Amino acid sequence: MSKTTVLDLRELRRRQPRFTGMDPGHRACQGCGQSLAAHIVTEAAGPDVIVANATGCLEVFSTPWPQTAWRVPWIHSLFENAAALAAGIETALKQQGRPTKVLAFAGDGGTFDIGFQTLSGMIERGHNVLYVCFDNEAYMNTGVQRSSSTPHAAATTTSPAGRMRPGKRHLKKDLLAIIAAHHLPYVATATVAYPGDIKAKVRRAMAIEGPTFLMIHAPCPLGWVHAPELTIKVARAGVETGLTPIVELERGKLVSVLPIREKRPVTDYLRLQGRFRHLLGDDPVAVQEREHLQALADHNIETYGLLAREGDVRDSVTAALVRRGGAIR
Amino acid sequence: MLEIRIHGRGGQGNVVAAYLLAAAVVDAGLYGQAFPAFGAERRGAPVAAFVRVARDTVRRRCQIDRPHIVVVQDPTLLKSPATLAGLEEGGCVLVNSARAEAIPAPAGYGARWASLPATRIAEETVGRPMPNSALLGALLALTGLCPLAALEQALEERFPPDTAARNKRAVRAAAERVPEHAWRRVVDARGL
Amino acid sequence: MRAAFEGSQAIARAVARCRPQVVAAYPITPQTHIVEGIAKLVADGEADCEVVSVESEFAAASVVLGAAVAGSRAYTATASQGVLLMAEVLYNIAGMRVPLVLTCANRAVSAPINIWNDHQDAMAVRDAGWIQLFCTDNQEAVDTTIQAFRITQETELPVMVCVDGFILTHLFEPVDLPSQEQIDMFLPPYRFSRTLDPRRPLTLGTLVGPEHYTEVRAQLHGDLEAAAEAILKADADWADLVGRRAGGLIKSDGPHTARIGVLTLGSVYGTLQEAARELVPDTPLRLMALRCFRPFPAEALRAAVDGLTDLVVLERAIGPGMGGILATEVRAALAGLRDAPRVHGAVAGLGGRDIPLDILPRLLALADAAEPVRCSVIDLQKTPPARLGADR
Repeated sequence: MSKTTVLDLRELRRRQPRFTGMDPGHRACQGCGQSLAAHIVTEAAGPDVIVANATGCLEVFSTPWPQTAWRVPWIHSLFENAAALAAGIETALKQQGRPTKVLAFAGDGGTFDIGFQTLSGMIERGHNVLYVCFDNEAYMNTGVQRSSSTPHAAATTTSPAGRMRPGKRHLKKDLLAIIAAHHLPYVATATVAYPGDIKAKVRRAMAIEGPTFLMIHAPCPLGWVHAPELTIKVARAGVETGLTPIVELERGKLVSVLPIREKRPVTDYLRLQGRFRHLLGDDPVAVQEREHLQALADHNIETYGLLAREGDVRDSVTAALVRRGGAIR
Repeated sequence: MLEIRIHGRGGQGNVVAAYLLAAAVVDAGLYGQAFPAFGAERRGAPVAAFVRVARDTVRRRCQIDRPHIVVVQDPTLLKSPATLAGLEEGGCVLVNSARAEAIPAPAGYGARWASLPATRIAEETVGRPMPNSALLGALLALTGLCPLAALEQALEERFPPDTAARNKRAVRAAAERVPEHAWRRVVDARGL
Repeated sequence: MRAAFEGSQAIARAVARCRPQVVAAYPITPQTHIVEGIAKLVADGEADCEVVSVESEFAAASVVLGAAVAGSRAYTATASQGVLLMAEVLYNIAGMRVPLVLTCANRAVSAPINIWNDHQDAMAVRDAGWIQLFCTDNQEAVDTTIQAFRITQETELPVMVCVDGFILTHLFEPVDLPSQEQIDMFLPPYRFSRTLDPRRPLTLGTLVGPEHYTEVRAQLHGDLEAAAEAILKADADWADLVGRRAGGLIKSDGPHTARIGVLTLGSVYGTLQEAARELVPDTPLRLMALRCFRPFPAEALRAAVDGLTDLVVLERAIGPGMGGILATEVRAALAGLRDAPRVHGAVAGLGGRDIPLDILPRLLALADAAEPVRCSVIDLQKTPPARLGADR
């Protein structure tokens, strides 16, 4: 008789070499940041999950009937109710005593705007759901219309760069602060430029009982207007300029940041993307908007303390080093 | 009435090509109707667009099952049966092919099969690998459906001056590469 | 000015020339190009209105309601899921008798999610109290949109202009875009009789109990029926101005000797006309399209079917558990009519399935049936799957 080893699911997850939650071969565009992020998240989350997915690119490209890319149980209902749907699933699982984790997936449209109400409700009631927002900063699936996540001065089809207005008038909604104000156990931002960081944050969130929120910055080559092979480079530039702060907060308190080792001017980020093309000239409006965006970046750096300091315990890279047994210099 | 189907991949300007062609024939005094067939629109996916040209208003709204002319923006699509499905007997096929020699026509098509390196022409004139205006220039030269000047006018109406100018160069460069009015009889047979 | 436009762009330009002060909309395929077109005109200084990019369709309808009662001409556009999400507000707008124009780029309704054309979305809100007008081509889309702004102001009933999603919105064809001067002559400046104004305070949207509610609702019903007159007058005045009509209440095409008729809604009408000429040129046939679906033009329909023995209704929607929605309403409208034709119900084109020319002979075959056909999904191609679930 061969020896049988019984493992609980947590241990199984730990030992499994590389679980794949999504198959390739779906219909995402070349270079899609959201697709990459979804692969990473589902890999890190493991098999014992149920996903509630909002309407958007991810849902559309992954499930053209009769095919599906998902290897985990998955449901799509509407655009605005992923969080509520997830809350319902979670409540049922709790009633049944099943430990399966519930994930909600949505884009920025389904999170910042049309799904905002149900998201707030889900968090406020304390459901044990990990909500992942794939932030590509516009309504991409319907053809690049602005959302409240679209950065200030970015061009979209409903905030075009024209004679009267240089792109989106309003600032990017500070959703991180709004979600953090719910005092939920864990909220974090991440970016496809640092996949290991995404995985660490997913595992951290999965282990927490209660609502958790992870927002992943995901460039869209089509909507941001850059070559598909530059997705990671664009994402990284966002971090290094300070426009994309990568942080973790617990119950509203900042606990870690991904440090900027070498700060770059915002123009390094703007230059890479056609949606900011109108900001690169010498005309006074363009100059003013560049200064404005630099001020926003500097404000993020100051607010979250993003510049790297030696031995900073909030530095997620240093913290990980310490956990591995290394020392702070 | 002439029915044209344009097959391409998302990102090759398939729908714009159809709209430009319709705009051109309208500028030339004919009736033109163009519309896309829709899958989820993403880069690289097969897409098709339809164009109808007539002397009088066309009111049908159905897709084109039996095209007289098929334009193929991406030669890999020839592997798919949908691309040439329903092609009328004696119909014409214009293929964007990077090969220097024309793709030899399958048996039965004879002289009504043309190819040209539209992407390369576009890279040299427009500065981007967008084959649509070159293919339209070749199509108009082959068919004589309307004067090239009408297509140029349509380009000017749609694009800013610099872009329009570069696309006009693509149109002319492509038009010179195909035998003029080789497909004139197909168009005449449709009353145009 | 006659030029070729994508349908959405033509509608956007027509709307802009109607001088709305507030446009609020939320993107949904296939309406997106309309609002983008308006936004571009504003960004380039060619239109003077505020485009509010709202967070949902529910907000879009609420924003334009607020704008309209505050004294500004307002406009929105949506489709499918957006119509359903704003449904509560649509009933609210009509119940408060607020003038508004909405373009519905008709699209199928989830689940299953489907972005292509059918009429389920407009049908879902047919009792909200809105005027619903259907267009058969992009010229009618332009003309009906402009007329809608006048009709809504005169009747204080909101107007939904239905335009087939993708089939018309993304159809590039020549239209005559009326000039700003022509539209200014046709459309009076926006006036709302109950504008919220501190100089003349009014209360809108009050609680109404059983002692008054019936009268309010009866009035809505009566006024919606009476709006048929304003709809006809607007089209007649429009014809005087630009020399063409947009369909009145019902369009009809065919000899008076015809005994078989086909009635439909929307752009498939054009396909039926060409199918009749090409496939059955020797069959006398009366083709009809309802341009006005709400108010339901029962009188006009009864007159239009005079002499027919059989009427085939073709619709792009279905009432699960009941059958055809349009067919059911047609039968109701013809009830009691002497020598009324037999009504056969056909459903086709759901979720954007292409309706080819050869649908016409199949529709005519229904008229040969011994008994009237209640509801036939006439383009059903295969047995439906036992349960809709994805395979790996």
